[in-house]
Order: sequence, then C-alpha cells, then structure tokens
Amino acid sequence: MSSRYILRRLLFLVPVVLCIAAMNFALLHLAPGDAAEIIAGQSGHGSQEAVAQLRKEFGLDRPLYQQFFFFVYRLFTLDLGYSYVQSTPVATLIWDRLPATLLLMVTSLTMAVGGGVLLGVAAARARGRLADALISVGALLAYAVPTFWLGLMLIVLFSIHLNVLPSGGMIDISAGYTGIAHVLDVLRHLVLPALTLALFYLAVYTRVMRSSMLETSGLEFIITARAKGLDERRIAWRHTARNAALPVVTLAGMQFGHLLGGSILIETVFGWPGLGRLVFDALGQRDLNTLLGVLFVSSVCVVLVNLLVDLLYGVLDPRIVHR
Amino acid sequence: MSDPGFLRRFARNRQALVGAIVLAIVLLGAAIGPLAYGVDPFDMVGHPFMPPFGDPWLGTDVSGRDILAGILSGASVSLAIGFISTLAATLIGITVGAIAGYYGGSLDEALMRLTDFFLTIPSFVLAVVFVAVFSPTTTTVTVAIALVSWPSVARLMRGEFIKQRAQEYVQACKAIGMRDPTIILVQILPNALPPVVVVSSLMVATAILTESGLSFLGLSDPNVVSWGYMIGVARSSLRTAWWMVAIPGVAIMVTVLAINLVGEGINDALNPRLRQR
Repeated sequence: MSSRYILRRLLFLVPVVLCIAAMNFALLHLAPGDAAEIIAGQSGHGSQEAVAQLRKEFGLDRPLYQQFFFFVYRLFTLDLGYSYVQSTPVATLIWDRLPATLLLMVTSLTMAVGGGVLLGVAAARARGRLADALISVGALLAYAVPTFWLGLMLIVLFSIHLNVLPSGGMIDISAGYTGIAHVLDVLRHLVLPALTLALFYLAVYTRVMRSSMLETSGLEFIITARAKGLDERRIAWRHTARNAALPVVTLAGMQFGHLLGGSILIETVFGWPGLGRLVFDALGQRDLNTLLGVLFVSSVCVVLVNLLVDLLYGVLDPRIVHR
Repeated sequence: MSDPGFLRRFARNRQALVGAIVLAIVLLGAAIGPLAYGVDPFDMVGHPFMPPFGDPWLGTDVSGRDILAGILSGASVSLAIGFISTLAATLIGITVGAIAGYYGGSLDEALMRLTDFFLTIPSFVLAVVFVAVFSPTTTTVTVAIALVSWPSVARLMRGEFIKQRAQEYVQACKAIGMRDPTIILVQILPNALPPVVVVSSLMVATAILTESGLSFLGLSDPNVVSWGYMIGVARSSLRTAWWMVAIPGVAIMVTVLAINLVGEGINDALNPRLRQR
C-alpha cells in the first residue's frame, strides 16, 4: 500500500468533515431559540437589550455564511463550543469521557467478532443439525431484544439476585484499588455492559460468518484441500475460516457508528462514565452544545475507523492493491 | 407480488406464519385494545408497585398506573412510528435511488455521496440530537427515524435501477419515445420493488427498536405512553419491582421478533431458490 494512497485518503477526509460540520451548524440554527436567548433566559435577564448584547458577543448578528466560517474555523482548532450547563468547554468534557467509551466499544467488538467467527464456523460445520438450529434461534432472539432492556435484565439476574457482578459504574470507588487490583476491578465492571452491547453484533457476525463459510467451502481451493486428504477440522479453520472472515471484518468496521449509538444506551443503563452517559445527562439539561459536540466527534471517529478498516483490509487480503 | 405462488409459499413457511399471526394479534391489540380495556394509561388506578397476575392483571407502576393499559396504548405508538417512519424512509430511499440509478453520471455521484454520508454518521446519535433539538413529539421521533433509515433503501434501489436500465425493455420504451418519469415509475419500479419490500419490512423492526431506545432516554412525546418510556420510568425501581421493566421489554421483543419473521418469510417467498442456504 503506497503512502500516496494513504495521503489521498486522508485528504478526502476534509470534505466529509466539512459535511459533518455543516450538518451540525444546520441543526444548531434550526433549533428553536438561539444560544443568546437560552442563556439570557437561564440567567434571568431576559430583556431585549440583554439578548441583543449577547447576540453581538456571540457573533449571532452577522450574516449566516460568516457564522458558518467562524464555526468551521473553531472546529478545526478543536473548539467545540462551551457547555453553559457544566461550565466547561465541550471538547474537555468529551475528551475526558472518550477513553471509557472506546474501552467499552473495543471490548464489545472483540467479543462480537471473536464469538461470531467461532459460532459461525460451528454452525456451518453442523449445518442442518441441532447445534445449527439452536444458533439460528439464538440469533433471531438477539435481533429482536432491545439492548438496553437486556442490560437491565442482566443486572436483575447477575447483580441483584446472584450478586456476582457490579450493577454499574466503572470502578468501586470505596475500595480505592490501585495497580493490578484496579485493572481487575475495571474488568469486573466491564463484563456486563460489554456483553450486553456485544450480543446483537455477535448474532449478526455469526450469521454472516456461517453463510460466508458455506459459500467459501464450495470454492476450488477448498475442494483441492479436501482432495489432498487434509482433515476436515484443518480445512474448516486454516483454509475456509481465514478467507470467510473477511466480510465479518468489513461489517465490523462499517458498524462502528451503529455500535457507538448502542453504547449510548448501554452506558446509560450501566452508569458507564463515557460519551453515552454524557449524552444522557446533556439530554436532561437540554445542553445542546454538548450534544452537538458528541455528534461531531463521534461522526469523525467513525470516518477515521472506516478509513483504518479500509487500509487494514489490504493487509488481510493481499489480493487488494491500493493505488 | 401479485403472483399467486407468493402467498402459498409464505403460508407454507411455518416461522413466517407464526410471525404473521403474532403480528396480527399485536395489531389488533393496538387497534382495539385501549378502547376494549377502557383504562386511561395515565390514570392512577390503585396503589403503586402492585405485582402482576393480580388486579389489575399486569400490576401497577411507580405512580399506580395500570401497566396493561400502558402496554396496549404503547403498542399503537410503537407500530405507528415503526410503520410511518419506514414508509417515509422507503419513499425517500426509492426516490433517491431511482434517480441516481436511472440517470447515472454526476447526479448519481452526488446522490450517492450524500447516501454514504448518512450511512457513515452514527445514526442513533444523529436521531438523539435531532429529537433533542426539535423537542420530542411523535412527529419529530418519526422524522428522525426516517432520516437515519433511508440510505440502505436508496443504495439497494440504485443497484436495481442500474441492473434494469440495461435491459432491452427499457431500451424499447426509450425507442418509442416514452418519457423518463413514465419509464421510471411505470416500467422499472415494479420490477425493482421486491428486494425493497424485504428491506423495508425488516426496517419496521429496527424502527421500533430505535423508537424504544429514544423513549427510554426520555425522548418521546410526553402525551403518550410508549414501551421504551415505561422501561425508562420503571428503571429506578429495578431492585424492588423488576417486572415493571420486564413486561414492556417482552412486548417490544415479541413485536420485533414477529416482524422479523414476517420479513424473512417475505424474503424466502420472493426468492424460493435462496431458501436452501
């Protein structure tokens, strides 16, 4: 893969990010009441003069295109606006929460891809038998269950009744663990949210992997492998699965945005201190700047991950040549 | 779809038939349930925290409201938002996809960039921000779900139109001087529709799940009771009354499962050869 290709793809990000900015700007301006009115209302100085004064301060009295240029300029300097509710710059709020969300998402995605590949291979090998049918029924149920509700039910079972896992949060604050104990504590808190978030994708990847396995197993190189007398287990894992896993990787990359949406709900359920929790709190306080900031950052993250997956694809499948 | 074999094939598929029956029951419950049961879901009918299988039959919630009344009125909210937003998304998707696929060129390029853009940005986050900006009502929730759902239809439709465009019958239509809108709507569209029907029927299920997620976060019309809202409200008493959370969730799951089964049944009946997979 040439560095020129990577550079071109990076340049291509600029118009996409501009589009995201334009969408955010449009949402901000379509919202009833501008920032000046909202702040004036909150501080109790709702007089016409006060609002006009604030408008002037925020540049809201200028022509729309000037406001847009200013908006984009600020975005490129990583200024995402100010959360008047939390009295903190939005960028700081997001930056503080991003690692927790990424930890949750990466864990879930790993579980879903790994589990999906394993179950998909198992289902394909047991095609038409009981195990295959059971996996199919499980996938059907996983498609239908609302993830946030599943999370709540898992809390009832594992935290309230069995009392084996924590019901929420990321660390046990009262215990004050450090070092290895701290890591283990985070992991313990991670189990339920990551599992809940992963389940839907696990079902998707299992199905994709299964049909991809069945498709690949009809290809000539598999027939050759079988003709050579290799044993079936080796053919399934070394030859078929390695090739059949490509669609799963593509899909996982494409669904990063979807996963981010799911993590908003899951973080709300489990009190996980990430972006989702930030969104939930911002919703309660009608903190639009924070909401728009999260939309912007998460969109940019998804675009970056898609690019990364594209580049990774070339590594996984040497037949693909990027020019 | 007018082919008589379709219904027969659909009915022979046991899973699809079960899905259709369950969906019919849910539709019936949504249509006549609230009237037949006659309890206002916002009324306090008794003590709060009454367990199910007593009186009222599914118990009461944190403020003594009848849970069964909530489930029945929530059914119509979920189904209405699910179907209307899907219909809107399908219409947008068909329009964009048909124009892009039929005309090709730079128009196609521009429309597909737009479609890709909407496919890329995290759809649930966009829906959340959209509803929050325009304040939650049944309309804004429906529009938000439609706004994030149309791209997949557009993509599919474009592919179908490109396939059909090259066929001889389209050439013939052009040769006899038929106008583009007529070719698109009368000639190609009926041939390109079957795969869209499958995607759209499955989209209703996704739309219902999205709606429940939004209302769980508090983004639902304050004047109606929806399933997700019931879960959101009951969540604070998970420790003492878990069934209050469990019941609406089961309602969502059963409805979504039924729609998925019907959607897959339609898919199998439209493509009988694919069934063997």
